[in-house]
Amino acid sequence: MASFQSFANPARFQAFASKLMPWLAIPAALCIGIGLVLALFVSPPDYQQGETVRIMYIHVPAAWLSLFCYTAMAAASAWGFIAKHPLADVAAKETAPIGAVFTALALLTGSLWGKPMWGAWWVWDARLTSELVLFFLYLGYMAVWGAIDEPGRAARAAGILAIAGFVNVPIIHFSVQWWHTQHAAASVFRMDGPTIYLSMLWPLGLMALGFTLLYGVLLIIRMQTEILLRRARSLRLRAAAGEPASA
Amino acid sequence: MSGFFAMGGYAAFVWPAYAAAFGAIGVFAWRSLAARARARRLVAQLEAAEGQDR
Repeated sequence: MASFQSFANPARFQAFASKLMPWLAIPAALCIGIGLVLALFVSPPDYQQGETVRIMYIHVPAAWLSLFCYTAMAAASAWGFIAKHPLADVAAKETAPIGAVFTALALLTGSLWGKPMWGAWWVWDARLTSELVLFFLYLGYMAVWGAIDEPGRAARAAGILAIAGFVNVPIIHFSVQWWHTQHAAASVFRMDGPTIYLSMLWPLGLMALGFTLLYGVLLIIRMQTEILLRRARSLRLRAAAGEPASA
Repeated sequence: MSGFFAMGGYAAFVWPAYAAAFGAIGVFAWRSLAARARARRLVAQLEAAEGQDR
């Protein structure tokens, strides 16, 4: 069995990624497809929020993924510092835009849910504000990568930002407990168990699992691209120097 | 069926949320796939050029 370090070899990673892809993509499509049918056609309207509760089935998974991606990005950055594994930096770099998309979607769909329920598109409460800070952290992380040409230096600088910014993740999660917020309290991940009906929990869980698997699919595609671009850069440099290229 | 699309009077909030989510994810996935295809072509061209130089 290949060790984790062996995937630092780009050719081996590309082969592994190609094998893994259908095991992520097909379950992702099934979870999102079935989740959508349950969310739109089977789950009941909420007794207080009516049909607007259907926004929950995309808003909550997007918000979970915004935190999951940041945690993965910070963990990969830390792994890059500790183990010097070249793929850790690639994984962190390519997680950032995916996380930024999910964070933007959490903010946008939350706004579309907030307007009919709260009467406002936006309120500066702790949950919304800390989630907006998360979006800016993603943008800052990507800007650092864009500003430094040498990948090793860019990974170190951006990695410090990712790890330091991780402090915002528990702040977002616990914001609804630590401060009086307009945003609803947690109803799924609670010490005393979920407080929503199974007819709503199933589509929510399937959509969340589907989005998580989709993150895996997008991450692999983007990591393959980054490795190919580094290979292209290496080929160009070696061609310019008149040396034979290595894998 | 029209009742389904009306979403209890909240269609203007529910459907844009779904359209934004799947539109953004779809465009992002398509752009990611297109970038990988471009990178594959680029590497193939560079490897072919290197083969000719040898």
